[in-house]
Amino acid sequence: MPKKVMIPTPLRQYAGKSDSIELDGNTVAELLRNLTTKYSDLKNHLYNEEGKLRSFVNIYLNDEDIRYLQREQTPLKDGDIISIVPSIAGGSSVTLARPAELSNDEIKRYSRHLIMPEVGMEGQKKLKAASVLLIGAGGLGSPAAMYLAAAGIGRMGIVDFDVVDFSNLQRQILHSTEAVGQSKLASAQERITQINPNVQVKPYETRLTSQNALELFRDYDIVVDGTDNFATRYLVNDACVLTGKPNVYGSIFRFEGQASIFATQEGPCYRCLYPEPPPPGLVPSCAEGGVLGVLPGIVGTIQATEAVKLILGAGRPLIGRLLLFDALQMKFRELKLRKDPKCPACGTHEIRTLIDYEQFCGVTPAHAAPVQSEGELTVTELKDLMDRKANIFILDVREPHEYQISRLEGSHLIPLGELPQRVNELNSADEIVAHCKMGGRSAKAVDFLRQAGFKKVRNLKGGIDAWAQLVDPKMPRY
Amino acid sequence: MICIDEANLVSIKEHGQKAYPEECCGILLGNSSPEGMRNVTELRPLVNQNQQSRRNRFLIQAEDMVAAEKYAREKGLQILGFYHSHPDVEARPSQFDLEHAWPWYQYIIVSIKQGYPDSLSAWELQEDRTRFKSVEISLSSNAACAAKENEHA
Repeated sequence: MPKKVMIPTPLRQYAGKSDSIELDGNTVAELLRNLTTKYSDLKNHLYNEEGKLRSFVNIYLNDEDIRYLQREQTPLKDGDIISIVPSIAGGSSVTLARPAELSNDEIKRYSRHLIMPEVGMEGQKKLKAASVLLIGAGGLGSPAAMYLAAAGIGRMGIVDFDVVDFSNLQRQILHSTEAVGQSKLASAQERITQINPNVQVKPYETRLTSQNALELFRDYDIVVDGTDNFATRYLVNDACVLTGKPNVYGSIFRFEGQASIFATQEGPCYRCLYPEPPPPGLVPSCAEGGVLGVLPGIVGTIQATEAVKLILGAGRPLIGRLLLFDALQMKFRELKLRKDPKCPACGTHEIRTLIDYEQFCGVTPAHAAPVQSEGELTVTELKDLMDRKANIFILDVREPHEYQISRLEGSHLIPLGELPQRVNELNSADEIVAHCKMGGRSAKAVDFLRQAGFKKVRNLKGGIDAWAQLVDPKMPRY
Repeated sequence: MICIDEANLVSIKEHGQKAYPEECCGILLGNSSPEGMRNVTELRPLVNQNQQSRRNRFLIQAEDMVAAEKYAREKGLQILGFYHSHPDVEARPSQFDLEHAWPWYQYIIVSIKQGYPDSLSAWELQEDRTRFKSVEISLSSNAACAAKENEHA
C-alpha cells in the first residue's frame, strides 16, 4: 500500500506540480529515494553534494519530526503521511559577491590549490569572490597582504596613512629600500600587483577612525588587524562586532606574538579577552621596545592562513583560541578563550556605536590637562645650555641597549623602570633635563620626579630623535 | 514582481528596527498567480529562533512553518516567502542566505543601519541554486498590481 508524501509549495514545480504524491517505501529513506528517482529535479533541493538531507529540510511522519523518531531509518506503515517541511534560515554575514569564474591562466596559477580537495575549483572561486580588509600595511600587514594576494583573494582593501621609513625595512617586506619616503599604500599596491595582477587592491589613505570604520568594514568579508596600538585594536574589534565581520587578530612584541580570530558569531571578541586596555605606557610599543624582524612574518602568515581557512570553510579556525608564539624558545602555546556573556560588545550589545578609543585607552585625557610648557625644553634650547656650559644634569631614561646606539654627551643613564629605586642618585638642587627616544617615557619620569619633590626638572621635547634631526645630523636615528 | 501595500512595508521596517541589533524574521502570506506574480496581503511576524547569533542569523523552525501552513490553508492563503533584516549590512542576500534558500519563495530583506531602516529589496533563488535574482517590489496601489488583482477578482 502506498504512502502519501506532502510536497511544500516551493518544490511542487519539480514534482509534476502536485501537492501530494503516493509512493512506496518501508522506511523514510527508501520512500525519499523513490521520490527523487521519480522526480530527479527534487534531489538538488533536498540533498546536498554529499548526499545528506539539507539542514533546512525537515521530514515529518504524520505530525512528528523524524529527528525525534529514528531519523531516516524510521519505518513506515500503510496510510502514513510524510510531509517535507522547510525551515527557513538566512542572515547577513558574508555578503554574496558575484560568483567568480576562473580563466585558464588563473587555473594554471592556482593549480597547487586546485588539486587539493579542501580547496578545489569551488574553494578557489570562493577566494576569488572574497574580500579582505587589512588594517595597516606594516609588519603584520606585509606578509598577510602578500600571501593573500598570491592565494587569489579577489578584492583587498588596505588602510594606512604612513610613509615608508628606513626603520620599517627590517620587517615590513612589502616595502623596498627604494620606497623609503613614499606612501606605504603606493608601495603596497605596487608590490601586490607584481605578485598577482588579478587582485583588486583598494587603498584607503586615511587613519581608521570611529567615523569611517563601520562604512569601511561593511564592504568586506573579513578584517585582518595588523595594528600596533591598543586604541585601534579596540576600534577594529568593536567595528567588527557591530558589522558582524570576523576579526583576524595578530600582535607582536620583541620575540613574542599572538594570533586569534575574534568577533565571529560563535566566538569571543577582543574585549572578552581584554575588557580594559592596559594603563597607557605600561605596555611599550614596538617603536619603544623593538621587535624581531622575522616575527611579524610568522604571525602575519598565521593571520593570512586563518583568513583563507575562513573563506574556504576548511579546518578548525582559530576561534576561541589564543595562539601564543615565542620565537626565542621556538614554542607555540594555546589558550582557550570563552565568549563573555557580560562583554559589552559581543555579549550584552551595550556598545551600539563606536566611541572615542584614544580616550578609552587613556591616550588623550578626557579633560585635557593644561599644557605645562614650562616643564619642557626643546633640543635647540638644550644645545644652547650645553654650549654655555650651564650646570645641568642630563638624565637619560632609555634602556641600556638604546644608550649603546646613541647618547647625549655627559648624560646619565637610569632606565625609567629603575628610577624609583635609584632616585637617590639624583640631587634635587640640580637642573635636571630628562630625555628618552621620543619624549614619552621621559615625560613619565618628569611626572614621577615632580611627585617625589623635584622642582627643577624638565622634559626634552622630541627626545634624542629630535636631537639627531635638528642638532646633530651625524647621530644615528633608530 | 511582488505586490505589497505600504502598511505592510512599514511593518517590516518597524519589525527590523525593533529587533535591532538582532535580525527579525517573518512570513509573507497572500496569493500567487500562475504567471509567478505574488500579492502579499498579510504578514506573520515571528520570533527569531536562532539560538547562537541573532545578530547576523535568523531561523524559522519547522514547527512555525507547520503552524503557518495550517493558518494559511484555513484563510485560503499561501506562504509566498519570508522577510528578514540585515542589521548594519546592505539589503543584499549573503552567501549564507543563498545556501539556505528555497526555490520559488521570495525573500524580502530590509537593511537596518545604526537602528534605522535603510533600503529594502526582494529576491528569488535562481533554478540552479547558484545565485539570487532580484525581484521588483511594487506597491499594491500601482497599476500593475491593481490590474492583476482585477483579473483574479
